[in-house]
Amino acid sequence: MGANGEPPGPPGIDRPPGIVPVPFEVRSRTGETADTVTLDLAPRERRGPLSFRPGQFNMLYVYGVGEAAISISGDPAAPDRYLHTVRAAGKVSLALSEAAPGGVVGVRGPYGTGWPVRESAGRDVVLVAGGLGLPPLRPALYEILRERSKYGRVELIYGAKTPKDLVYYAEIQGWRQRSDLRFQTTVDTAGRDWYGDVGLVTARLPDVRIEPANTVAFLCGPEIMMKLTAKALVARGVPADAIWLSMERNMKCAVGLCGHCQFGPSFVCRHGPVFRYREIAPFLAVREV
Amino acid sequence: MTATPPTAIAPSGELLSVGSRHTLERSDFPRFLAALGTAGYRVVGPIVRDGAIVYGEIHQESDLPIGWTDRQEAGTYRLERRNDDALFGYAVGPQSWKKYLFPSRERLWTAHRTDGSFRVDAEPTDGPAFVFLGVRACELAAIAIQDRVFRSGGDPGYAARRARTLRVAVQCGVAGGTCFCASMGTGPAVGGDHDLALTELLGEGRHRFLVEVGSPAGASVLHSVPLRPASAPDLGAAGAVVARTSASMGRSMDLHQIRDLLVETPEHPRWASVAERCLSCANCTMACPTCFCHSTEEVPDLTGEHVERWRRWDSCFHSAFTELHGSPVRKSTPSRYRQWMTHKLATWYDQFDRSGCVGCGRCITWCPVGIDLTEEVAAIRAMPGVRTAAGGTGG
Repeated sequence: MGANGEPPGPPGIDRPPGIVPVPFEVRSRTGETADTVTLDLAPRERRGPLSFRPGQFNMLYVYGVGEAAISISGDPAAPDRYLHTVRAAGKVSLALSEAAPGGVVGVRGPYGTGWPVRESAGRDVVLVAGGLGLPPLRPALYEILRERSKYGRVELIYGAKTPKDLVYYAEIQGWRQRSDLRFQTTVDTAGRDWYGDVGLVTARLPDVRIEPANTVAFLCGPEIMMKLTAKALVARGVPADAIWLSMERNMKCAVGLCGHCQFGPSFVCRHGPVFRYREIAPFLAVREV
Repeated sequence: MTATPPTAIAPSGELLSVGSRHTLERSDFPRFLAALGTAGYRVVGPIVRDGAIVYGEIHQESDLPIGWTDRQEAGTYRLERRNDDALFGYAVGPQSWKKYLFPSRERLWTAHRTDGSFRVDAEPTDGPAFVFLGVRACELAAIAIQDRVFRSGGDPGYAARRARTLRVAVQCGVAGGTCFCASMGTGPAVGGDHDLALTELLGEGRHRFLVEVGSPAGASVLHSVPLRPASAPDLGAAGAVVARTSASMGRSMDLHQIRDLLVETPEHPRWASVAERCLSCANCTMACPTCFCHSTEEVPDLTGEHVERWRRWDSCFHSAFTELHGSPVRKSTPSRYRQWMTHKLATWYDQFDRSGCVGCGRCITWCPVGIDLTEEVAAIRAMPGVRTAAGGTGG
């Protein structure tokens, strides 16, 4: 696939699993920031092998509390480390973030579409993450780095509120060392001990070294950040067909039935969460869709 | 339901095949009701309660709204006496059959604490087999729409309830003031997809029914019912009933390119104007026979040893419906009304390949301030100059 080839399409939508959560054990809990942890989950009873596509999510369930949609943030090639990075934001995510190793949480999924990673071979890749937008992008980065030679330039821009809000801190240091990945980190505000960039992720965009017409971009973060980033990329010459966004909406069922996650004609849980920018741009442009 | 023979024989010796038509005398209607019960069904149908015709259990024919009709306008519903003893002489009431197929509250599963873990048991899908008595053409269309919605989501409870249900349609003898099924292509004539279809004939001093067999399951309940072959005059009279109803539709909806019309006008000033009247009360979504949105609740008992997962009807008019990180995505009433009407009449095509509206008029009648979606669509159509890029190409 080259500059003149068709833009990559989304991975196929599988039939969704049922609505009953399956007990998984918390194998480990790793603190990421003051309010964010990464849980490694293992099935209590071995069924088939675990598998997921980068960008997909699970519904995680805390007994007696409820369910929340959490993206899978591990390596698709090593799905036995079934990683989910959770920020304590609501009742369920707070309970999840407090789940102790040895404890049990329910899992159903994986649900949704994924990033078209393999379909993007031969292209430059720009990944832009804002805040907790990095966990859903990490599986895509793992997949790209594993077959690094198949891609052109790979650029990752990661923005957070403050240096203390950066997740995967140790791993980031490793990514920064790589010569085959350009990694830029920027924060909204920082103290004098921060030597990196300060400002929005869009301010880092002019700096990325890509061949725009042969670039694919994966964006995940607050909607306004994705919208501005996509516009800037289009202005730079990246086709709207080659820009992909991961949308977030209230979700209850994850199988396209409860209606909560509707975004224009789409159910974010089934037709997304990863969408092609060209298809959703008209709806992103309207307030309160 | 037990397996049904492809054909059955009525006491008259008549062949009860799919598509066959027969006459049932009004005096034999109790025997028809009894036959449904004998076949193992629980009969639910129209009853008068709290000043409205709603759906409830039918034990005998006197439970039916004999001699009642409904007068409907935007924001208005009144029961009135007819000058005859029609059993089905009304249009549609505030309830729809979704209350049986998609109950307003339903347990999905139960979880129990076990040593260090928990076990989840899905809710059994068994339950009573219902006869829906008095299903209108628009309601058959609404059931077909919900069939498609719940099939796409793989809902075992809905599928089981639906498979057990026998639908006895009744052709509409009157159109309500807010009805517009004719323009939606969903009525007033029952167009197949029924197990039995009745047309109530009141003319010439003889009260009788034309019975059309729509399925083998429908035929099988007619074994013990005294029927005669339908005469040519009866067939003619039945055709006239539907034609008269079609001609007296209270409202109509222009469907020309309606999907693009609504998807492309999210900034139309009419959305703000309708929102000045809309109370965001959700009545329209509760009364709508196709609205399927719901929410789920985690219900633990006091000991914490048992937890139940329930789902209940929800509405896109509620602020919590789109809550994300502590605040709703759709904060304003214009955005909620726009979502409801655009979904119902436009993006439903994208999702389910047809309109989500069947023209039953319930949302108009049961809107406390009388908002009329046919009027809202007409207003947007009359001033379509404010189209935006939505629906066009992005980038």
